Amino acid sequence: MDLLWAGVREALRLLLTGDREVVAILLLSLQVSGLATLVSLAVGIPAGAALALLRFPGRTLVVSVVNAGMGLPPVVVGLFVTLLLWRSGPLGAWEILYTPAALVLAQAVIAAPIVMGITLAAVQNVPEKFRLQLLGLGASRLQMVRVVLREARLPMLAAVMAGFGGIISEIGASMMVGGNIKGQTRTLTTAMVLETGKGNFEIAIALSILLLVLVFVVNWVLTSIQQRRVW
Amino acid sequence: MTTAVLALRGVRRRYADGFALDVTSLDVVAGEVLGVIGPNGAGKSTLLRILGLLERPDEGRVLVDGRAVDARDALAERRRVATVFQEPLLADASVTHNVALGLRFRGVSAARAEPRVRSGLERLGIDKLAGRMARTLSGGEARRVALARALVLEPEVLLLDEPFAGLDAPTRAALVEDLGGILRADRVTTVLVTHERGEAQALADRVAVLMEGRVRQLDETARVFYAPVAEDVARFVGVETLVMGRVVGRADGVTAVEAGGRVLEVAAAAAPGAHVRVGIRPEDVTLTPADGARVVSSARNTLDGTVVRVSASMYATHVIVDVGFPLVAAVTPRSVEELALRPGARVRAVFKASAAHLIVA
Repeated sequence: MDLLWAGVREALRLLLTGDREVVAILLLSLQVSGLATLVSLAVGIPAGAALALLRFPGRTLVVSVVNAGMGLPPVVVGLFVTLLLWRSGPLGAWEILYTPAALVLAQAVIAAPIVMGITLAAVQNVPEKFRLQLLGLGASRLQMVRVVLREARLPMLAAVMAGFGGIISEIGASMMVGGNIKGQTRTLTTAMVLETGKGNFEIAIALSILLLVLVFVVNWVLTSIQQRRVW
Repeated sequence: MTTAVLALRGVRRRYADGFALDVTSLDVVAGEVLGVIGPNGAGKSTLLRILGLLERPDEGRVLVDGRAVDARDALAERRRVATVFQEPLLADASVTHNVALGLRFRGVSAARAEPRVRSGLERLGIDKLAGRMARTLSGGEARRVALARALVLEPEVLLLDEPFAGLDAPTRAALVEDLGGILRADRVTTVLVTHERGEAQALADRVAVLMEGRVRQLDETARVFYAPVAEDVARFVGVETLVMGRVVGRADGVTAVEAGGRVLEVAAAAAPGAHVRVGIRPEDVTLTPADGARVVSSARNTLDGTVVRVSASMYATHVIVDVGFPLVAAVTPRSVEELALRPGARVRAVFKASAAHLIVA
């Protein structure tokens, strides 16, 4: 228990004095996971909506793949993104392996199926008759989808929370494609693994508190938007 | 005749469950209110979706101003029509937002939409609801919002699918009256689908009777209700007495028909010897005391009989009188008391020759 209390005290000191390394790690994590969430939304929302509204042969299979993808193991994503970005790999020419860009790519790949799957369910949950009514009022297909997504805004915010929450706390892929390089690709989670390994529990505890607070604050903000009933 | 704004030609639509819609020809003429009535499952909603370019028929053509249009690629044509479904299907937003929805789809700026939305709300008497959230509205209020949402678009054709279904009687009556006033004032070309014949009678200029996917009769409203072409159509439009008979004579435009041992005078043409059905609406039959003096009137048929049954329905109290055949009369509750109408009572039934019509078998 002494270890824990000492850790918590040291953690509070690091946080309150604004330790430069800790702040840098925090900002990088926020930037990488925030950007990756935006990318996953940009890809996942249109794809999920299209999958919900279109009928084509093999659709059920595609939906199953997406739903399975919501539980995609980050380590597997890390492996494949690493192979993709390896110097001799298909995207080797980009030379982004072990950079924040690689982290964003890997995290977006993890979050996209989550966003897509929740969008799919949310859009399908809006009654088909409602969609027909919008067309009956002269909506184009695109206008209809926009109104339907607005109608599904509560579960859509859940998609944002689930996507962000999934990747901010992810470690396997970040470790593999980022390499945990100090000052460049060291995120909250990879730093925690490192510091714990070195026996620097107080720093690891500080980082874990930060991570929990960050996840909570982001979800709190999104939840207040979601639950606000005056607009 | 002018070109129909909206028309169907040889339209067929089949569903996996075996139901088929099969409409040879249907024209919606500018300025008219066309009622489409029929029992549940007759295909009315399918017909409306095809007219609204929301569903493609398997065969046949949908014509807009005489030009064939494919529902898959008909945004411009779809925007000339506005469809209102049975459930209000409002977006989870304010009343104003909902009513402005179709205008926004058409790229009308918020500034230009605002006065149109406001006048639309006023016309339907819901301007006080403007700021309310749609989900807080009552059923009747939500219907009005749904109708305002379509009317503000000033569509060339308004398609209404059961706009009054599920409302309580006073709410329904008020809405029928208000909507009727707007449709007549603006001469909005309208197709009104309903299973309540009374709504069509109140609002429609012409009525199409749809049964089992086919248009069985399409005519002016009065003709459909007073001269249905077939027995099942007659029953659906409220002709309750349908008695088999044989034409025995003809004079002065009046046909004599022998039915149930009685000779009825009917102001409709049929060849002597023909087998016919005589149809009489219950509201056209008057009951008087059996022992009373003959009432002098233009009524040509006076039949004495015995009351078989007295039943109160949604619209009126119906009395079945055995006059040699069962004759149904609609009476007021007061008449039931005054004439002491109960099974076994003797009574005199009177109806005009012009109130009866013939369906040639």
